[in-house]
Amino acid sequence: MSKLSDALKNKEFVITAELSPRKGTIVSNFIKTVNVLKDKVHAINITDNQRAVMRMSSLVASYLVLREGVEPVYQLTCRDRNRLALQSDLIGAAALGIRNVLALTGDHPSAGDAPEAKPVFDLDAATLLQTITKLNAGFDLNGHPLKGATDLFPGAALTPQTEPLEPVLLAMERKIQAGAKFFQTQPVFDIDAFASFMSKTQQFRIPVMPGILLLHSAEQALNLNAHVPGIKIPDSLIKRLETAADPHREGIEIAGELIGKLRQVSQGVHIMTVGQEKDISTVLERI
Amino acid sequence: MIVTDNKPKKEVLEAMQDYHKIFIIGCGSCAAASRTGGEDECRIWVDDLKKNGKEAAGYFIPEETCHVFLLKSMLRQSGAAASSDALLVLACGAGVQAVSAATDKPVVAGLNSMFLGTTYRAGEFLKYCSLCGSCVLSSTAGICPVTRCPKGLLNGPCGGMVNGMCEVDASMKCVWVEIYERLKSRNKQKILATINKPKSFGNVRHQKVEPKKLSKEGR
Repeated sequence: MSKLSDALKNKEFVITAELSPRKGTIVSNFIKTVNVLKDKVHAINITDNQRAVMRMSSLVASYLVLREGVEPVYQLTCRDRNRLALQSDLIGAAALGIRNVLALTGDHPSAGDAPEAKPVFDLDAATLLQTITKLNAGFDLNGHPLKGATDLFPGAALTPQTEPLEPVLLAMERKIQAGAKFFQTQPVFDIDAFASFMSKTQQFRIPVMPGILLLHSAEQALNLNAHVPGIKIPDSLIKRLETAADPHREGIEIAGELIGKLRQVSQGVHIMTVGQEKDISTVLERI
Repeated sequence: MIVTDNKPKKEVLEAMQDYHKIFIIGCGSCAAASRTGGEDECRIWVDDLKKNGKEAAGYFIPEETCHVFLLKSMLRQSGAAASSDALLVLACGAGVQAVSAATDKPVVAGLNSMFLGTTYRAGEFLKYCSLCGSCVLSSTAGICPVTRCPKGLLNGPCGGMVNGMCEVDASMKCVWVEIYERLKSRNKQKILATINKPKSFGNVRHQKVEPKKLSKEGR
């Protein structure tokens, strides 16, 4: 069973945080961060070679999280594995006791630290979700029976602040059909725009957890605006970071405010940082 | 047509370091149109071979170099080709292999084969088809996502689409937005709510296709 699933069902305000596996075998800091976040969040998302930068396997890192008594959301992308590898990893995850999976298409290798790598994309987010639904029913993608079904709670990702929006909503509809039970989004900074997006998704009756990205300087914000697809930090927030005596504290303040407002329009939040996961607990103390 | 690009000269010269007398084979079809294997390019290589201490035995440009029987017959008739140590082929991979199948002589590839291109205007080619063996164009408004989406997605757009553009190249329109817009102009965009099945790669295993006669019944 998944605590995340129960919390969403019980209409709790659900908080997830995002943590990247390390690039290397030393995991002591990773484990320390997991324990800092323990009991403060419902689950911790473990990224899968995020931005196509090679790191430890998200399956193994998810298991390290589980071993600390924290529920992982195992992120799995279609970039690096074909349908055989995806299915065997999912069965392995289920056997290890991992319950939550975030099914993602994945960033293109050109964004990362091995741009010459072969992009796989044998499946995509929608067909990966279909695969999980089948594995949960006791069959593989081609309908062959499994000795023991998986018991996975699948979620998917959303980019709420983009144009044109209709193809994004159609993609969301496909993911729900394929079995997605919740959504986590790219970072949201404009509450009104997000509220308007949410009003367009009401028909689906599915939990959407907007992303919160911790900012720590105006420079970082400008950098994110310039280089990360889908991120749009408004000038007013950049100005606040620019003029603040302590931009790092101001960033935590901004995140706290955003979460406070998002409580009105969503069923939870998904908190992301760029390598400053320990600040997440400071943010959570403020809400 | 098959779009080709020149390999770096250094790489080609390295591949022929064991050979002195080189005969050049261009291609009168695709490589000529790509301006990589026509008359001019063959002549440039004749000069370059000489500049690099090699002997140029000559060249010919078959109408289509990807034709084993044609190549066999042309090579049989060419004393210059017969006298050479190796053949430099300015054609696509299919052309290089046709030459390789037509003769025992060592073969050096002068070009990189890039894609099956659509000619926009002379000398300008668009990467539109991947020869994937199971065409989806009827359900994607005549626009190929397998080729034109850098991820080859059958259910797009992905989260990397920003304001209609592609995450891989911000100057490139997202092909799934193009498909959406084309469908929308016909008020058919709702078909995108249907999930396209994962692609079968079973069809691309064939090593040989023999011509099949079309008949009214036999399709």
